[in-house]
Amino acid sequence: MSGHSAYEFKNPVVRWLDERLPILSLVRGQLVDFPTPRNLNYWWTFGGILATMLVIQLLTGIVLVMHYTPHTSMAFDSVEHIMRDVNWGWLLRWMHANGAAFFFVAVYIHIFRGLYYGSYRSPREILWMIGVIIFIAMMATAFMGYVLPWGQMSYWGAVVITNLFSAFPIVGKYIVTWLWGGFTVGNPTLQRFFSLHYLLPFVLAALVFLHVWALHITGNNNPEGIEVKSKEDTLPFHPYYTMKDLFAIVVFLLVYAGFVFYSPWYLGHHINFEHANPLSTPAHIVPEWYFLPFYAMLRAIPNKLAGVLVMFSSLIILFFLPWLDRARAKSARYRPLYRQFFWLLVIVCLTLGIAGAQPAEGSWLLVARLATAWYFIHFLVILPVLSFIEKPRDLPASISEAVLGKDKA
Amino acid sequence: MTTTVDNADVSRRDFLYIATGAVGTVGTALAIWPFVDQMNPDASVLALASTEFDLAPLEEGQSVTIKWRGKPVFIRHRTKKEIEKAKKTPLSDLKDPIARNLNLPADAKATDENRVKDGAGKVNEKYLVQIGICTHLGCVPLGEAGEYKGWFCPCHGSVYDTAGRIRKGPAPRNLDIPPYKYTTDTQIVIG
Repeated sequence: MSGHSAYEFKNPVVRWLDERLPILSLVRGQLVDFPTPRNLNYWWTFGGILATMLVIQLLTGIVLVMHYTPHTSMAFDSVEHIMRDVNWGWLLRWMHANGAAFFFVAVYIHIFRGLYYGSYRSPREILWMIGVIIFIAMMATAFMGYVLPWGQMSYWGAVVITNLFSAFPIVGKYIVTWLWGGFTVGNPTLQRFFSLHYLLPFVLAALVFLHVWALHITGNNNPEGIEVKSKEDTLPFHPYYTMKDLFAIVVFLLVYAGFVFYSPWYLGHHINFEHANPLSTPAHIVPEWYFLPFYAMLRAIPNKLAGVLVMFSSLIILFFLPWLDRARAKSARYRPLYRQFFWLLVIVCLTLGIAGAQPAEGSWLLVARLATAWYFIHFLVILPVLSFIEKPRDLPASISEAVLGKDKA
Repeated sequence: MTTTVDNADVSRRDFLYIATGAVGTVGTALAIWPFVDQMNPDASVLALASTEFDLAPLEEGQSVTIKWRGKPVFIRHRTKKEIEKAKKTPLSDLKDPIARNLNLPADAKATDENRVKDGAGKVNEKYLVQIGICTHLGCVPLGEAGEYKGWFCPCHGSVYDTAGRIRKGPAPRNLDIPPYKYTTDTQIVIG
């Protein structure tokens, strides 16, 4: 923990407490005085935005549970009960449903910021890997939450996703039966998903704690991609970044509130207003938008096991990213070739998302296949090759030199 | 003398370490198992009775979907044309050459006859009984649809022929045939 605060509390009661449990000096050192690179731009505010979204999801979720019933015969009706009868139930439910979507908006921006500025590079490998685990846990949480209203899309989403595990030879079908607690998705499935959907956010909170801990060991990366060298390179976290984060959080929440109040079901599927029916699959089932790129990869491969493996690999590969990219400069600002490949990757991921929403046939299938291939080529071929052939632009001597210019630094 | 005593001590201690560790590991595994196994199907789920079905009211070309163990089961009275088409298909054209009929040995060939055989070896090629769950990711396929006018899965585009055998798309296996038996010429018991 670089820059541990040496602050002495003046108030004798506070000092008495802090000598026995140094919680106040911890806050002082990590959240007030914490030395933060002076050049962080607004892309760095998404960490704070994500923490805010986690708190919103926890609070709205805890109160929704006071009115929801996890049983196949009552779940659908209890959600409608929340929407119509419960005081402010409509607001809490729309905040929770859209909160999940905006959680993913923020996490995708956060991840791509890390990719652009090389935030996964040494010494931040563990920080990055914990982040990948958080992302995977978030996806599991969101998936199980979407099953709870027990509409048609909830039900068939649960069927398709749990069946992914049936692709594994021999043990696959036992795993699926074990996940279901029956011979198909049914009441036991709904009840365990409810239990886990309540548990996982607290696991997420614990993972976020580890993520922030790792961050506070290495300090923030920054747009220059060079490490902090002197006091001149940093500012105290408060008030400089508390205010910057707060401003970004307010702007982000404005957009979120726009959806909650004016278009709460824009990101949903109308078919989920129909009660789950195990005998009839809707004509066109699609997952929530934030899963579409992965769904496109799954469908792009004509073999079941291979499709499942490719989809899971697209996440697992992120764990190896710190060792696949060995370029001399971290930040894309100083990497003219990588910068172009970064934007190509963004386009490829967006394309996968669009392809995932289309029926898996004809030219969209071809597009999904090419985009899936490129996703893996980017990480397994382009990044290692660029590490050797790319000549980075000259790096500044320090962060303060980059900010203030050579003369003043 | 000292060495001997030391050695004896060490090996005795090693034994105690290993024994304690083994008991601890086995004990932990035993304690974890109830927490894992509670998620498997419970007695009320396993107790689901078999389902009887009367085939007589089913006209040629008609299908019904009934529920068995919470799963959809397709029962189709196939037309002569459909049976002809299914019989003419050479086994080499099939993506999955195995019958997938729980009433037959696991390696039975996916001939049309093997797709309509019940648990006692009775064959009535008019009636095709199969679990209506796509072997890809578990959606319910649509009947009389797709390139072979058999079944077509709307989720990821798997195409089955008129004997429920996979012909195109991502599904790895033919539609499963549940265990069933004719009790009379027009009456079956599934399960």
